[in-house]
Amino acid sequence: MKDTIRMREIRTGWLLVLPATLVLLLVYAYPILRAFVLSVFTENLSTGLNAEFSGFSNYTRMALDGRFWSSIWNTSIFTAVSLVIELVLGLGFALVLDQTFRGRGLVRTIAILPWALPTALIALAWRWIFNSEYGVWNDMLMNWVPLINDPVNWLGDPTWAMICTIAADVWKTTSFVSILLLAGLQSIPQDLYEAHAIDGASRWQSFRQITLPLLMPQILIAMLFRFAQAFGIFDLIAVMTGGGPGGATEMVSLYIYSTVMRYLDFGYGAALVVVTFLILIAVVAVAIAYFNKARSAATGVDA
Amino acid sequence: MTTTQKPMVASSNPTNIRPTWVQITLWVAIAFILIFSLGPVLWELLTSIKTNEAITTDPVVYIPALDQYTFQHYIDLFARNHFHRYLFNSAFVAIISTVLCLCIGAPAAYALARLRIPGEQIILAVVLVVTLFPYILLFLGLLELVRAAGLANNYLALIIPYTAINLPLTILVMRSFFQQLPRDLEDSAKVDGYNTLQMLQQIVLPMTLPALATTGILAFIFAWNEYIFALTFITRESMQTVPVAAAQLAGTTLFDIPYGPLAAATIVGTLPLILLVLFFQRQIVQGLTSGSVKG
Repeated sequence: MKDTIRMREIRTGWLLVLPATLVLLLVYAYPILRAFVLSVFTENLSTGLNAEFSGFSNYTRMALDGRFWSSIWNTSIFTAVSLVIELVLGLGFALVLDQTFRGRGLVRTIAILPWALPTALIALAWRWIFNSEYGVWNDMLMNWVPLINDPVNWLGDPTWAMICTIAADVWKTTSFVSILLLAGLQSIPQDLYEAHAIDGASRWQSFRQITLPLLMPQILIAMLFRFAQAFGIFDLIAVMTGGGPGGATEMVSLYIYSTVMRYLDFGYGAALVVVTFLILIAVVAVAIAYFNKARSAATGVDA
Repeated sequence: MTTTQKPMVASSNPTNIRPTWVQITLWVAIAFILIFSLGPVLWELLTSIKTNEAITTDPVVYIPALDQYTFQHYIDLFARNHFHRYLFNSAFVAIISTVLCLCIGAPAAYALARLRIPGEQIILAVVLVVTLFPYILLFLGLLELVRAAGLANNYLALIIPYTAINLPLTILVMRSFFQQLPRDLEDSAKVDGYNTLQMLQQIVLPMTLPALATTGILAFIFAWNEYIFALTFITRESMQTVPVAAAQLAGTTLFDIPYGPLAAATIVGTLPLILLVLFFQRQIVQGLTSGSVKG
């Protein structure tokens, strides 16, 4: 009797989970597995778009492919710099939004706005702001705070183009970081601060000794999400600079995209997907290990 | 709109006596947040209602004179560029995929929250990791599938991936919602002789509507904003979604860019989302945090 109830529970459970599992397998598992398989084949214009087994030749080609390495370099710079700025700025925003002030609800609403807007359209907006002829950024720097005398071609200069795309990414995603950190701040019990203040601690000390350690899990989660998104960034760069000028902002995702869509080199594109996937998984695994360590440390403080 | 959220607990520092410079710093910081968050959008808005002459004047016109305002860019956008088509495409794909996602995600979340099924931990771990995959890792395999199934230039080529990319979040948010739901209700329903499916339909579902709305809003936002699949799987111009159509309006050439219509397109494409954020700020925050933090 008990057994049949348990069996029925399992059967119902699987019935409920099955459709979602199938869709996830189709859209996530299949493409990744397929990339692994295709990466040991050559399938491009030279083979008449037929898949021919070629072992690890795609990978050895990648090792010598300067464009691949420079795209990895660009992606790493973009990811590292934007993550640091977003964390600092997002933490600042969260601390401000956690204070009590009139109109806080509205300010919080406005602060979420950038996160919700379509990245491709935001990229258009930033391209317009950094426009070399009529852009408002040049105008502000020339006429408001006279820092420059002549208009700068922001997106036409390799270094500036990278800085501008990072700026646009920071604008777009700082709000996401601050939403997560604000939720973390709200879950810290107020008594801790009061007890600490009675002990004579300054604001800075309680920030260092209470806020930061207890916020660590949220910080790591936010950074994990941001890392994955920044490392695979496509739409922002594709629309804002198209990877230019001269490949200066070509991220690994843009290189994959043009390998497949422009050069029709499916085997090599698959190998690029595999390597990007492995880098991502490796970093995520390290981050989760740290996360578990930080979580046990945080609960240790709590207890 | 009812919410399942408890009233937000103000967790700020005591407000009694505070040195003024702290308050000044706070107001400066708030002003910075507002300018930072609104500036680029307001600049697009202003550009979109300026005449072409006012847009391309040096120095830049910040406060246009009365004769420098125009709605021509918006009129062009719809009359010449058929933007209503793209709006329809985006809305259609986003709404259908959101509904589909809720229909298959919520039952799965319920099973993962309430029923003991073998492999539960594996499914949850996969769902958590999969939220981190950038779409560029999927587009090559999906492109092959789309071609093999003959789905190029078919709304399904977007609806199915959009359903999938929103499933992990839906499952995580709905699962944490179901875990907070009192179990007694379901137990008494079982005593009354309902089977699991009946109980889900008649008792759990009505109580779940607010959480479904929360998740649905997030799923809609992600679907509306998606770019790379829409760019790759839909090549017929009349079936494009708003982000792709707007980006192509910019063209590949750096010369003769239609700045006004582009700004208007940005505003039209972001307006639905601005409205969503204004009305459902709480739901969005709640969904995002329970989807990524508690999961």
